[in-house]
Amino acid sequence: MAASLRELRERNRSVRATQKITRAMELIAASRITKAQQAALQALPYTRELNRAVEAVAAGSKVRHPLLTEPDEIRRSAVLVVTSDRGLAGAYSSNVIRMAERLTQTLSHQGRVVDTYICGRKGLAYYKFRGREVVKGWDGFSDKPTYTQSDAVAGVLLQAFRKPTEEGGVDEIQVVYTRFESMLRQEARIRRILPLRVVHNKDEERQATPLYEFEPSEEIVLDRLLDLYIRNRVHFYLMQAAASELASKQTAMKSATDNAQQLIEELTRQANQARQGQITQEITEIVGGVQALSEAKTRNE
Amino acid sequence: MAETFHVEVVAASQSVWEGEATQLTATTTEGEIGILARHGPLLAMLAGGDTAAGLKNAALGREPGPVVVTTADGRSEVIAVDGGFLAVESDRTAVISPYAQLAEEISLDEAQANLRRAQAKRDGGDNSPQTLRDYHRAIAQVKAVSRKV
Repeated sequence: MAASLRELRERNRSVRATQKITRAMELIAASRITKAQQAALQALPYTRELNRAVEAVAAGSKVRHPLLTEPDEIRRSAVLVVTSDRGLAGAYSSNVIRMAERLTQTLSHQGRVVDTYICGRKGLAYYKFRGREVVKGWDGFSDKPTYTQSDAVAGVLLQAFRKPTEEGGVDEIQVVYTRFESMLRQEARIRRILPLRVVHNKDEERQATPLYEFEPSEEIVLDRLLDLYIRNRVHFYLMQAAASELASKQTAMKSATDNAQQLIEELTRQANQARQGQITQEITEIVGGVQALSEAKTRNE
Repeated sequence: MAETFHVEVVAASQSVWEGEATQLTATTTEGEIGILARHGPLLAMLAGGDTAAGLKNAALGREPGPVVVTTADGRSEVIAVDGGFLAVESDRTAVISPYAQLAEEISLDEAQANLRRAQAKRDGGDNSPQTLRDYHRAIAQVKAVSRKV
């Protein structure tokens, strides 16, 4: 027997304690996902109305707008990497970071300067440890972003985009985040948010878009609408990432709990074997002892 | 009975109010505007709002004002808005404002305290976009609540 009975029992106890913790974390993550999904659902009307308004202006508009114009040459790209604040979520953050690294490499090969922006403590720690430059980072809300927080992130990105390239402004903005496909599937992906591409809905027959009046003017309305639109996109990505983070965490904690269960069963079996072995040995010893005694008795008589 | 139209007020994180209304008033960058049923299509910027990028082009002199909806059954709903849009189509009107909030859900004391804080900062010569934003947010709330009571 490799380990003593006492050691086996001790390990068993400690694994049980760990299992209780992972199970609690699994349940917490599960209940938070429900909340995250609710938040995403409640944000839908806003997105719908905003898209409607943007479509209404962009469709009929002949105004050229900087947010909609593809620059002749992209010299500087901003990359926003959305990671988590806490670990214990499986490969959630490392998947995003790996994808961001690949993207950074590709962009650099194309001769572009890459400005990195990061959400989440994990990503910040990764870049800091490697001494890499981060233009700006945010943390503390990776699993529960409010609009105010997303707004702050988007504001910084928009400002960088609006600055001329000569003064360090960026020509495009990419976001690396994790899309929430389902509870079991989350996928890291890259999305370019700026400059925007206008996609005209052709299949949906436009019932003669009404001629809008604009206040104060078409240019300004379009400008502010697109601004809000981008902010909302960023919020959407952050919410998706939050749901993905929680789902990854739940999956990771579930498999940890399952592993602990297996370990407990294995340890219990070993402990039982050790106990049985001990009993067998004791019986053998007693039987042997009795025999020895009785043999000694008969010899004496 | 006046003719009614559909109104939807949406904030970034949730829908704030939805229903039938006979009249709606709001403060746009150009001034106060009243909407009745069958108003012509209109896209108007609401006063106030985030200004970091828009400082140059928007009419920011105007302070935000509350949206007041007169509902089909004659009540009036007051909503604090700070920036955003008023989108009017023939039979439906949408108020799209990221930080829209029902007046009855706002604490007046808190809003007034925020307003005082922002005001003090402004008087101290701080004209950063953040301060201006806080100021607008607070003033929108205070106005909405005072309108309600």
